[in-house]
Amino acid sequence: MSGGAAALPVPATAAAKRRRRNYARHYAWFIVPAAAVVVAVILFPWAFTLYVSAFDWRLGGERRWVGLANYAALFSDARFGWAMLRTLLYTVLAVVFPLLFGLAAALAFHRRFPLRGLARAVFILPMMATPVAVALVWTMMFHPQLGVLNWLLTTAGLPPSMWVYSASTVIPTLVLVEVWHWTPLVMLLLLGGLAALPVDPYEAAKIDGATPWQAFRHVTLPLLMPFIVVALIIRTIDALKAFDTIYVITQGGPGSASETINIFLYLQAFAFYNMGYASAVVVVFFAIIMALAALLLWTRQRVRLT
Amino acid sequence: MRSSITRRTALRTGTALLAAPALVERANAQSAFDWRRFRGERIEATVQLSPRGQLLQQSSKEFEDLTGIKLGLEVVPEQQHRQKTIVEFASGRPSFDVTEVSLHVNKRQVGKARWCADVKALMTDQTLTAPDFDFSDFGQGMVNYATQADGRMDTLPAFADYFILYYNKELLAARNVEVPKTWDEMFEAAQRLTDTSKQVYGHVGRGLKNANVVLWSSYLLGTAQRDMIDANRQLITDTPDAVWAGETYRKFLRDASPPGSIGFNWNECQTTFMQGRAAMWLDGIGFAAPLEDRARSRVAGKVGYAVVPRGPGSSHHCALFGAGYGIPETSRKKGPAWLFIQWALGKPMQLRMLAEGRGVPARASPFRNEEAIGRSPFPRDFFQSLEASSKIARAGLPEIVPVTQFRDVIGTALTNTISGADVAGELKRATAEFRPVLEQSERES
Repeated sequence: MSGGAAALPVPATAAAKRRRRNYARHYAWFIVPAAAVVVAVILFPWAFTLYVSAFDWRLGGERRWVGLANYAALFSDARFGWAMLRTLLYTVLAVVFPLLFGLAAALAFHRRFPLRGLARAVFILPMMATPVAVALVWTMMFHPQLGVLNWLLTTAGLPPSMWVYSASTVIPTLVLVEVWHWTPLVMLLLLGGLAALPVDPYEAAKIDGATPWQAFRHVTLPLLMPFIVVALIIRTIDALKAFDTIYVITQGGPGSASETINIFLYLQAFAFYNMGYASAVVVVFFAIIMALAALLLWTRQRVRLT
Repeated sequence: MRSSITRRTALRTGTALLAAPALVERANAQSAFDWRRFRGERIEATVQLSPRGQLLQQSSKEFEDLTGIKLGLEVVPEQQHRQKTIVEFASGRPSFDVTEVSLHVNKRQVGKARWCADVKALMTDQTLTAPDFDFSDFGQGMVNYATQADGRMDTLPAFADYFILYYNKELLAARNVEVPKTWDEMFEAAQRLTDTSKQVYGHVGRGLKNANVVLWSSYLLGTAQRDMIDANRQLITDTPDAVWAGETYRKFLRDASPPGSIGFNWNECQTTFMQGRAAMWLDGIGFAAPLEDRARSRVAGKVGYAVVPRGPGSSHHCALFGAGYGIPETSRKKGPAWLFIQWALGKPMQLRMLAEGRGVPARASPFRNEEAIGRSPFPRDFFQSLEASSKIARAGLPEIVPVTQFRDVIGTALTNTISGADVAGELKRATAEFRPVLEQSERES
């Protein structure tokens, strides 16, 4: 019977379709829990955020429908614009420097030398520290009169710095903390990439008389590029959502000098309880992040193809 | 002749004599207030992480032993606590039966939404209120502070926080400087006490936006204007008196304070003062305890306490902040919750608060307890400053719903002045920015 059925392709396809339908009917219930979770923790909050963004609503006060007025207000809000610019600056610096230092550290730790394992372990220690604890320790070190950093500077004959206590140095100083904290992660990602590289291209380069720099520039870097792009994506997402370190160290100050979009959003939602406006900020910021993520993924795809 | 006292009679009598004290105590307890009427129930309370909150945490078993009520006490850092309570109140189903409310931040918001029950109704219920509760013991100033504009009292005042002047006696004596009585004298003294070669400064104060507004309002309280909103609830933060307060703020922070003060909150100020790097510091009395801790402070035993200096106006005020404990209107355990508040703000606990330097109690009786004051690690001038401050205290922030946004906008303007911006221009800009927010809030009130 089965042999006969196999000889007739059309009824067999219909049977297969029927089987698939039955399979789907029988097992469809298994996706319900996962779908319920997705709806409850992702789709509903998003739909609700969109809905709330159309209201002028302060917690404890009246809720008034304003349509797109919150979005219109957002685009004419200079403080929001400055927060976006600061976020951009902070993100660029907090991505570029860990990538450069992480790459240098990965190349150094890829070489064989005594106690390499211990050195690697020590290097990744900052990454394991809790961000809030790290921020509190750095805050103490940045104190202009009592902090250890200015003591070190003056001991070395250099002028003291205001670190996070000056509008002109606050962003670079916060980036310094970010670089210290997250360079080890980039190093680990790139070290994994280096260990996976084939040795043949290096042997070919050596036979062709390539210098160490030429081997790095024309062999290591292109082969490592997919790993660098992964590190770039992870760091960019991390830097864009940076909040805890900035909030603990400066709370967005002095003045608004370190008020990034996350601090701005936090103030609107949980200090001013301006829920409608804060929801509009979330929607706009989400759209920007989605666009950026799409760009990064497209870049990654291109790197992989080339 | 046989004795009439048998062995059995002797045993009965002995047992009765032994049991008598316990029976008398029980009888007295039953005739007095019944603290255990809700035994077996459980309530949830949430308070801020502070020396006061820690005192409750350490003593919570005493409450459970007294009442038989199981207490779930949550202690949350100040800012997060305010957010948590407001969000939970707004949800309509707060998880707590008692909460601490910062009167200088959330009083009007909580009152407007009628989130908390009126405690006056509970106070008049003799079955729920212990006879020795003694409401008249609460200072009138704090009672007024906790009372809403419509007469409801939705929190019972717990403690006050006055701005006072801390000074380093040693540094002042070394330069032969008297404790200043006016702001002008204080600025002059601060300049004399500044020695940049030793990194010692005459003054330290809050420069961080939002936190700094209370320093500016301390100067403003010394002017004829005094307040930040007028009787018609209009913003008056760009008037000549407000600008004078801004100029005073700027000169203290720019010309007599450590570099970097622009980013200082109270904790950086406290550290600087504790390390002997600042001669004078104006801030809340609640920050006094670590200064007298010999393990942490280099100025322990050398700190002087004084009321804030006078301004150019005829009145003399210090900024007042404080908190109260309230019961959500939606709580189904108002009775047990009210017993908790009576215990937490009863005379013994308030006395401990004062004697251990954990804060300024809302009750008056602790200040009359000479024995406890004598045992306290704080010097006599600490208590004298407290008493004097309590007589001149006035709200340090306006009673408006968007008070945090007010602090943010005005605070940013003040911070900008430290960097060199024009005071009048900054206050005018900030006032124009905040005015529509206040107007909308008042329309909705």
